[in-house]
Amino acid sequence: MDIAVFQQYGPALIKGFGYTILCWALGTVFGMMLGLVIALIQRYSPRPVRWIIQIYIEIIRGTPFLVQLFVLYYGGPLVGLRLDALPAGLLGLTIYSSPYFAEIFRSAFRAVPLGQIEAARAIGMAEPTIIRRILLPLGLVSALPALVNFSIILTKETVILSMITVPELMYQVSRMSTETFRYLEANLVLALFFWALVETISRVGRRFEARITKHLIERT
Amino acid sequence: MQASSVEIRKVNKFYGPFHALKDIDLSIPPGKVTCLIGPSGSGKSTLLRCMNFLEEYDSGEVRIDGQLIGYDAPGKRMSGRKLREMRRSIGMVFQQFNLWPHMTAHENVAEGLIRVRGLSKADAMTRAADALAKVGLADKMGNHPSRLSGGQQQRVAIARAIAMEPKLMLFDEPTSALDPELVGEVLNVMKTLASEGMTMVVVTHEMGFAAHVADQVAFLEKGELVDVDTPSGILHHPKDARIQSFLRTYHERNSF
Ligand SMILES: Nc1ncnc2c1ncn2[C@@H]1O[C@H](COP(=O)(O)OP(=O)(O)OP(=O)(O)O)[C@@H](O)[C@H]1O
Ligand SMILES: [Mg+2]
Repeated sequence: MDIAVFQQYGPALIKGFGYTILCWALGTVFGMMLGLVIALIQRYSPRPVRWIIQIYIEIIRGTPFLVQLFVLYYGGPLVGLRLDALPAGLLGLTIYSSPYFAEIFRSAFRAVPLGQIEAARAIGMAEPTIIRRILLPLGLVSALPALVNFSIILTKETVILSMITVPELMYQVSRMSTETFRYLEANLVLALFFWALVETISRVGRRFEARITKHLIERT
Repeated sequence: MQASSVEIRKVNKFYGPFHALKDIDLSIPPGKVTCLIGPSGSGKSTLLRCMNFLEEYDSGEVRIDGQLIGYDAPGKRMSGRKLREMRRSIGMVFQQFNLWPHMTAHENVAEGLIRVRGLSKADAMTRAADALAKVGLADKMGNHPSRLSGGQQQRVAIARAIAMEPKLMLFDEPTSALDPELVGEVLNVMKTLASEGMTMVVVTHEMGFAAHVADQVAFLEKGELVDVDTPSGILHHPKDARIQSFLRTYHERNSF
C-alpha cells in the first residue's frame, strides 16, 4: 500500500463518493416517486392505459441500464434533449428504477385487504381520500422491505454513470487506477465505500420498518 | 332517531353467467330489525351489499327512503358524489371487522367524521369518544386493532358506523369470526341499537338473535327469497320444505 497515492487522490475519491451518494439518493427518490405514480395510474386506469404502461415497464426492464443511459445521453441531443452528464445520469436512474418500484408498489397495494377499502367506501369516503389515508399508509408499510432492497441494488447501478463521465466514485477510481496503476488499492476503496453505504441503508431501513410496523403486528 | 326504510324490487344480480340474486322483493320497514338467513352461498351477503351499492345489482330497484341507490334511473349509473352522499347515512359492519390497522380505535372512529363529515379534529375526537363509550370501550380508545380482542374490534367497528349517525345499519355476519365467548358482547350492543329504533338488516347464523330481536326474518336459498315472515313464522312454523331442512341441519349441528 502506498499512502502517498491516497494523499494525492483522497479528496477526489471522497468527492466521488459524495456524488455517488447524491446520485443514489436522488435517483432512488425520483424513481420511487415515478414508480408510485405509475402504480397508481395502473390501479385506477382503464385497460388501454394500463396496457401502454405495461409496455413501458417491459421495455425498461428488458434493456441494460448502460444502453438506456447511452440512448439518453448520446441519442437525446438528436431529438433536442441536451443534458449534462449529471442530470442525464439522474434522469437515467429515475427511468431505469421506476418500473421496479412500480411493481413493488403494485403488489403492495394488492396486499391491502379489500375489506379495509370497502369499509372506507361504505362510510362515503371519496377515492382520493381512501388512497391518501388507507391505501398509501398500508401499502407503504408492506412495500418497505422490497423498497429498501431495491434501493440497495440501485447503489451499485450508480457506477454505470461513470460511463457518461459523471464524476462519481467509480469514475474517480478508474482515473486513479489508470494514472497510478494502483488497481488493487483503488478498487479496495471502492468496495469499502460501497459496503459502508449499503450497510447504512439496510440498518436505517430495518429500524424504520420496526418503527412503523410496531402497531400492525398481531398480538398472539 | 331518524330511521330509513329499504324497498327492494325485482333485484337481479349476475356474476358472469351465475345468477346470484333472482327477482328479489323485500321491504325493510323503518326502525325494525330484519334478519337474513339461509345456507352458505345463498346470496345473503350479496343482497346486503346491494343495499349500499358495494355490490352492483344488474336490474331491479333498491330504494332507501324512496331514493334509488346506485342509479339515477334504471341502467344509468349515479355519480360518485351522489352515491357517497347516500352512503353517509348507511352504516355497515363486516364479518372481518375491517378496522384500519394503522389507526387507534379512537382514530378509526374519528376518521369518517373528519374526512367525510368534515368535522374539526377536536369535535370528531369528542364524538368518537362518545361512540366508543356507548359500545363499552372508553378505556380502550388508544389501542390499535392488533391490541384488541375480536369482540372489541367488532364493537369498535360498530362505533365507527354509528358515529356517522346512520339511519340504516347493515351487518354481515358480525359475530361469525368471533370466539363463542365473545359473541354476546357484540350481540348486546346490537340489541341496544335495535331498542333505540335503528333500522337494521342483519345477515346472521345466530338463530337466537333472529328469534328474540328480529321483527322479520327473510330466508334465502340459491339466490331466491324463499319466505319472509315473523321470526316465529320462519323459525318455529316454517311452511317451505327448504326452510325446514335448513333448520333441521342447524339443530343437528348445534345439539350435543
Ligand atoms: N365476486 C364474485 N364472483 C363470482 N361469484 C361470486 C362473487 N361473490 C359471490 N359469488 C357467488 O355468489 C353466491 C352468493 O354469495 P354470497 O357471498 O352472497 O353468499 P352468502 O349467502 O353470503 O354465503 P355465506 O353464508 O357463505 O357468507 C355464491 O355462490 C358465491 O360463490
Ligand atoms: Mg356472506
